[in-house]
Amino acid sequence: MKLFTSLMKLGLLIALVIGMGEWSVAFAEEGGALQIDTGDTAWILVSSAFVLCMMLPGLALFYGGLVRSKNVLGTIMHTAVILCLITLVWVICGYSLAFGPDIGGVIGSLEWVGLQGVGSEPSPDYASTIPHQVFMVFQLMFAAITVALITGSFAERMKFKALLLFSVLWSLCIYSPLAHWVWGGGWLGQMGALDFAGGAVVHISSGFGALVCAIVLGKRKGFGKEPMPPHNLPMTVLGTGLLWFGWFGFNAGSALGANGGAGVAFIATHIAASAGGLSWMVAEWVHRGKPTVLGIASGIIAGLATITPAAGFVGPMSAMIIGLVAGTLCYVAVVWKTKLGYDDSLDVVGIHGVGGFIGILATGLFASIGATGLFFGDAGQFGIQVFLALVTLAFSVVGTYIILKIVDWTVGLRISPQDEEMGLDLSQHSERAYS
Amino acid sequence: MKLIQAIIKPFKLDEVKEALIELGIQGMTVTEVKGFGRQKGHKETYRGTEYQIEFVPKIKLDIAVADDRVNEALEAITRAAKTGSIGDGKIFVFDLQNIIRIRTGETGEGAV
Repeated sequence: MKLFTSLMKLGLLIALVIGMGEWSVAFAEEGGALQIDTGDTAWILVSSAFVLCMMLPGLALFYGGLVRSKNVLGTIMHTAVILCLITLVWVICGYSLAFGPDIGGVIGSLEWVGLQGVGSEPSPDYASTIPHQVFMVFQLMFAAITVALITGSFAERMKFKALLLFSVLWSLCIYSPLAHWVWGGGWLGQMGALDFAGGAVVHISSGFGALVCAIVLGKRKGFGKEPMPPHNLPMTVLGTGLLWFGWFGFNAGSALGANGGAGVAFIATHIAASAGGLSWMVAEWVHRGKPTVLGIASGIIAGLATITPAAGFVGPMSAMIIGLVAGTLCYVAVVWKTKLGYDDSLDVVGIHGVGGFIGILATGLFASIGATGLFFGDAGQFGIQVFLALVTLAFSVVGTYIILKIVDWTVGLRISPQDEEMGLDLSQHSERAYS
Repeated sequence: MKLIQAIIKPFKLDEVKEALIELGIQGMTVTEVKGFGRQKGHKETYRGTEYQIEFVPKIKLDIAVADDRVNEALEAITRAAKTGSIGDGKIFVFDLQNIIRIRTGETGEGAV
């Protein structure tokens, strides 16, 4: 009965918010000064769906193949539930905090809660040739995938309830402010920091947040004593292909129009992915004596993550150099992790953290289209990029630590040793992937 | 009667089966198993880290044969399963007290 009353209250509240939202949309349409471009709108709608495909099935299969067979459903579930959950969080208040009217360069106001005022007219501040709602949904996909990326670091051992609470808090307290600082008219963007599609906002934030997760949650049971090889590499390669495909929407879509900038970003993305894959493969070949499938797949993702902040600002040869550097350096980072002893299970730090960091710096070196990096005469830009990378890293590390402590105190972070032995699939979901 | 238990390389299963059928062996039971012998597993590399995989996948065959067929069956299995490299497997031979064919109730060599 109590539950029923609470549900009624929640329903009334939602109805109220929806009503207000519709009223403000109608109001906004009376202004109507900006012109919608149908080509731009079509491309960003499609790009949004591309980025969705990066999560489900892309990231879900990529991560799912890398874990042991007893944890594959639990791992896929992380991405699926985060996609659904962060969609609601973003619509309710995440978007308003990130992109709503600026308060002191630090955070967006709550004026756009429940998407009030976010209508089908273009926004004068963002992407002025597409409906504001389309810009919002494109950004929604970014918000969701950023949280999903982190799950690779605590794979095979996080409590499901803890995952839910962590995701909501992380999205609201880390992602929304960062997106505001860099893209929503906040202080880093005002300073001139360049982050085309999210090297800092997406990859450094999730990558170094993942480092803190791996350290705070601790190693998996048996880590370092028993082998924990990937259970299905073809699944991981399938995920890699879908991530690569989706990344065209992620990066070329970040041009926010169907234009030359989108073409620049599309080509840079593809070249860097290829260069990254080859570079990692050769590095592992030299180091361990064999070229591996997981190696080329990991290098492709490293190349994609690294080119993300630079995609729209660099030419094809710069993209190739960035990809080559990314593949080898990320490989070194992943091998080096083993020496440091923490259990970042699916290498979120080595690939997304390190890749994003290199990418933000590389943007400050190689930018030549619509911005100027150090190699093209502007040393100041490189300084700003270093600052952006460090601020993002520090904010994510401190913020993630506090959030993990809160989650640990309230619902507890880790599943019991018995449940871990049994696997996430049976212990958390009472399901089995393969019978 | 003897029970022959052969542990062989998985890809050799078809050759061993054909060799035994040629001899007129009536049936066998096949199980996927894991284990190690002097081969001591093998190494796998994932993202630059080497893992020692101790238990290697093998196939276990259980075949019941009459006493006068044992030697030729053993010889056929050995010939078909052999690659000459490490990890070819082993054959164990046990005395078999009795066999019962469930459908007819026949026992002993008549039920092989």
